[in-house]
Amino acid sequence: MSASIADPHSTAGSPGSPAQPLIEGPSGRGRLVLRRFLRHRLSVIGLACVVALYALAFLGPLLTPWGYAEQDPTAYLSPPSAQHWFGTTQIGEDVFAQTLRGLQKSLTIGLLVGIISTSIAAVVGTTAGYFGGWVDRALMWVVDLLLVIPSFLIIAILSPAFRGKTWLILVVLLAAFSWMITARIVRGLTLSLREREFVLAARFTGVPPWRIIARHIMPNMASILIIDATITVGTAILTETGLSYFGFGVQPPDVSLGTLIANGTNSALTFPWLFLFSGGLLVLTVLSVNSVGDGLRDALDPTSARGSRRRSGD
Amino acid sequence: MTGFLARRLANYVLLCLAATFLAFALGSLTFSPLGQLQGRNPAPPASVIAAKRAELHLDEPIPARFVAWMGGVVHGDFGSTITGQPITDELGARAGVSLRLFALGTVLGIAGGVLVGVASAIRQYRLSDYAATLFSFLGLSTPVFLIGILLKFGGLRLNEAAGTTVLYYTGEFSPGFQGGWWAALVDRMSHLVLPTLAIALVQIAFYSRYQRSAMLDVLGSDFLRTAQAKGLTRRRALFKHGLRTALIPMATLFAFGFGLLITGGVFIERIFGWYGMGDWFVYGVQQNDTNIVATVTLFVAVLVLFSGWLSDVLYAALDPRIRL
Amino acid sequence: MTDDVTEPVLSVDGLTVSFPSEQGRVTAVRGLAYQVRAGEVLGIVGESGSGKSVSSMAVMGLLPAQAKVTGSIRFQGRELLGRSDVELSQIRGRRISMIFQDPLSALTPVYTVGDQVAEALLVHGALSRRAAAARAIELLDLVGIPGAARRAKAFPHEFSGGMRQRVVIAMAIANDPDLIIADEPTTALDVTVQAQVLAVLATAREVTGAGIVLITHDLGVVAGFADRVQVMYAGRTVETAPVDEIFYHPRMPYTRGLLASIPRLDTGPRQLLIPIEGQPPSLTELGPGCPFAPRCPLVIEHCLTTEPDLTPVSDTHQCACHRAEDVAATPPVSGDTTNDSHRHSRVVLRVEHLVRHYPVRKGAILRRQVGTVRAVDDISFDLRQQETLGLVGESGCGKSSTLMEILNLTAPAQGRIEVLGTDVSALDRGRRMQLRRDLQVVFQDPIASLDPRLPVFDVLAEPLRAHGVAIEEIRRQVPELLKMVGLRPEHAGRYPAEFSGGQRQRIGIARALALEPKVLVLDEPVSALDVSIQAGVLNLLSELQARLGLALLFVAHDLAVVRHIADRVAVMYLGKIVEIGPIGPVYTAPQHPYTQALLSAIPIPDPAKERARERILLVGDLPSPADVPLGCRFRTRCVRYAALTPGLQSRCEQEEPAREQRGEAEHESACHYAAAHAVL
Repeated sequence: MSASIADPHSTAGSPGSPAQPLIEGPSGRGRLVLRRFLRHRLSVIGLACVVALYALAFLGPLLTPWGYAEQDPTAYLSPPSAQHWFGTTQIGEDVFAQTLRGLQKSLTIGLLVGIISTSIAAVVGTTAGYFGGWVDRALMWVVDLLLVIPSFLIIAILSPAFRGKTWLILVVLLAAFSWMITARIVRGLTLSLREREFVLAARFTGVPPWRIIARHIMPNMASILIIDATITVGTAILTETGLSYFGFGVQPPDVSLGTLIANGTNSALTFPWLFLFSGGLLVLTVLSVNSVGDGLRDALDPTSARGSRRRSGD
Repeated sequence: MTGFLARRLANYVLLCLAATFLAFALGSLTFSPLGQLQGRNPAPPASVIAAKRAELHLDEPIPARFVAWMGGVVHGDFGSTITGQPITDELGARAGVSLRLFALGTVLGIAGGVLVGVASAIRQYRLSDYAATLFSFLGLSTPVFLIGILLKFGGLRLNEAAGTTVLYYTGEFSPGFQGGWWAALVDRMSHLVLPTLAIALVQIAFYSRYQRSAMLDVLGSDFLRTAQAKGLTRRRALFKHGLRTALIPMATLFAFGFGLLITGGVFIERIFGWYGMGDWFVYGVQQNDTNIVATVTLFVAVLVLFSGWLSDVLYAALDPRIRL
Repeated sequence: MTDDVTEPVLSVDGLTVSFPSEQGRVTAVRGLAYQVRAGEVLGIVGESGSGKSVSSMAVMGLLPAQAKVTGSIRFQGRELLGRSDVELSQIRGRRISMIFQDPLSALTPVYTVGDQVAEALLVHGALSRRAAAARAIELLDLVGIPGAARRAKAFPHEFSGGMRQRVVIAMAIANDPDLIIADEPTTALDVTVQAQVLAVLATAREVTGAGIVLITHDLGVVAGFADRVQVMYAGRTVETAPVDEIFYHPRMPYTRGLLASIPRLDTGPRQLLIPIEGQPPSLTELGPGCPFAPRCPLVIEHCLTTEPDLTPVSDTHQCACHRAEDVAATPPVSGDTTNDSHRHSRVVLRVEHLVRHYPVRKGAILRRQVGTVRAVDDISFDLRQQETLGLVGESGCGKSSTLMEILNLTAPAQGRIEVLGTDVSALDRGRRMQLRRDLQVVFQDPIASLDPRLPVFDVLAEPLRAHGVAIEEIRRQVPELLKMVGLRPEHAGRYPAEFSGGQRQRIGIARALALEPKVLVLDEPVSALDVSIQAGVLNLLSELQARLGLALLFVAHDLAVVRHIADRVAVMYLGKIVEIGPIGPVYTAPQHPYTQALLSAIPIPDPAKERARERILLVGDLPSPADVPLGCRFRTRCVRYAALTPGLQSRCEQEEPAREQRGEAEHESACHYAAAHAVL
């Protein structure tokens, strides 16, 4: 599931106009971004939720005496109670402990994939955009190829290969197949940044290309990279849970929110606690991450031309 | 001009081939199609396994197997499943099921998305805008399988409340259904509602988000001001000049929305028991069946490229600046 | 005309407009008052941020909803403020119409031009669809669109900027309005097109008899067109008077400063301009005093505490200045002339038969090459040590492409570029790197030319680092560089966003000078700046050139600016140099008809001269550089060609004229029938 595609940006926005110089320093910019972000009430709530969810996932297990794999022989399929906050499963596992364990996995996978895939996108996109020519054509062909098959399908096909192996392989695969759209955006931005006068000025004084990319191009799209990384976190969580739902993702004995939901679905009508909590937390997680991304976009990149990207792939 | 068309078509064919090969090769590498046979109790004799092995050409190198399979595809033969069923026989029916779902989802998604997005942009920062924003956020943050399951619940509750089965949530029609064409249509429709709704909701959420932004961009544009300066009321200028222009970026999004649709379709078909391509794909992976997986991949690749092409055509149709 | 005592068409009183912003509420217009009578042209002049555009949008009722508007706007005796959108839409386009600044974005891209003009008629009823379409074609014809019947079916993107502005004017006059508000109608256009559009606007005024409010930052435009002028500063009127009075007897130091800072065609060559010190004020933090006080040469204690009201200095002349009387008494200062730069014989840059062609592609689905843009088509010139060569032309003439070819320091597709005696096609990596030290560039846009993420120190250090200068040495040099361009060393720690446009341009110049180049290439270095700021940057360049012995290649579209800084000028048209020579002869006795048209199109901020001047209007549009006319490429728009007998014309059609020396030494022009003709 790639539920949210990163917002397209057609140009690198440069705030301010010759008429009204924005009087702001480095700290000034930071403050401005913060103020713009804080104005988004939904995003602030989202950020609070993300922090709370991480805290819950990693500190929550300390609150309950039950381990996630531990069975309580006195309680099979018991509804939520003081003993088992989220109830228990058919074999007496504590749903609360399991859900937190799943949340941990999903959050970690999301974060790692967001970082790795955005890094790949940044490198591929700037390289293709800055150097152009055959490098560009080759890289963009690979992007096109990987976009032709939804990443979900490829990872599903590969799933037998990592059955019984570490979930880190899943992270690598998710990252390897979710950088393409961001890379295209980055390439588009690089193309326009490359013609910007400060880049030309650097080029005409003899600054080498890799240094121009590192010093001028990357920093000037840092905000877009941050935004896209955030959105990729959400997308990765959705893809991971989707794969796990079919058994193509996180493999037992590991659990993720996706496997929990899948396990709970069949008896969902009669024993709703088996999947309501994991489902609810999953939606809350992705919703929070996405709203943070949205707030970040408005705060970091107020001039982004949203939804008006000309496709530059072909 | 023809040269360009030919090059572009060639690139499409190449992309389809490469994508299918990728799926075929990865499947061949990771799948163990003999696993089920070997795992049987009592274990089948080695000769049976060897026969199956030969039947599936497992000893040949992967590229050779791919070329052999592709050679069949060119002649309309997609090979057979592990169990020996010809894939071609099932392909038509399954593709039809999926295409119907995709077409309905796209049409409803775009129509609904544009409607919600425009309404939301025009009434920016009002309650209805916030509601629409929340809806699209929820839609994009909820996995399709969860939406499907929840809709299934909803349907069940509705049926309970109505005391009769109003909405079905398994299959495309009631098995063994007898009745006139009208009753048959009603039966089909009541099977159709929930899955279509599930797929359309995500699409509406997706398109409305972008339509809102596109419309907001247009709201501040110079030409809208010109239209008002001519004497058009704001409302009329918005609809005649603004909306028409704000539709242009939607054309490009169409290609991306379609990718979303395809993955969503896999879940919906699976959850609502529709025997479509997505359902087949999951079955294929579970059965370790390379041919099924490669066939579905080819189907998807063709659709994705077609949607990309259609998106270009739409763009050109909507925007006189880039017409031929 | 101004003496007619008639009821004003429009009467604005106490108009105040404010917007919410990141920095708090911005009051863009503060108690503005003015009147326009029927048939009168009121020029409203001000720099960016003076509130001139906002006030006109308020009149039209087109401000965004978050704007707070108070005061009174009475049109033909009816109050407009507070009316509903439906009521206002009855008036807009029928009684009051408006022409906007940017013609490129003013038309809806998805409807044909004819439909959009017809819509202006249809929306106010009266005409049938068919009649409206026919009338639309008449209107398009009236505003000078050739082949109006055919062109009405075309989409806006198929028109040039000038033609689009004509379409907007056609819409504005469609319903025979009583008032036309023109908001910077020619700012986005080239000078020759500006002259055409102003002529159309004059026609529109005759046809409709409407009062016109002409909003502009260009005093020259106002001088020739307006009856009365009002100067705005920081959201208020600071001076208003009949046009001659404003230009010949300004009372407000700001008006005076503006007049002294504009580069003009009718002064001697290389005369220094007098900039207005400081920056336009920020509207969020206005103090109690006169907003101009911090920049005013005549400021007194009283100015800092009390803001002056607009008070009459004569029957028709009002001024908001505590020292209006004293201004009248002090004679205006005029700038010094810089000593003619010493002409050296050493050529530092030589361009010979340079050619740069680009392929043109078209279509989203069928992307195909449809032709070749001949951006630079065989040009030659040289630049000597400590000399300034102005490279002038309108947009699309190939001047920027020429620059890029030179700056690339790689072998051009055709022709030869020599920098400091070295042919660039023969360069290896190391030698090219060395040569980059000697050839530096300053760009047009002071915002885009500095990386917003780097503090000024890093901006200035970058070229030094790239050329392996040690960090201690860089630390020593950066403060020096800042001082050299008139900034303070402590500015090194700040970010570009903290500086104003003029200061940023100075940083750009400092960066270019860091490596002590011999040749400085300047791409429209002052065209993005307000006039009061422009002068300071131009003076800085003159001064640095004299001090450092730089050779300047100064690319600009504005011949008036070039006159103030250059020794020689080259005029480009469609990828070719049509005339080149020393400033004196080229400006006083131009030979090529294009140079003559270009010079005649530039307005002079002097009403009497402006009225008396001959204006050579070019016909039609600049041909596409992808479709250059055969023979002489200027002939499609040439006034001289049009006047020739068919027998003589055939030479222009068949033979491309070569550049030849005529008249004074080094003065060359490329025209078969070249003849000097003074237009100033």
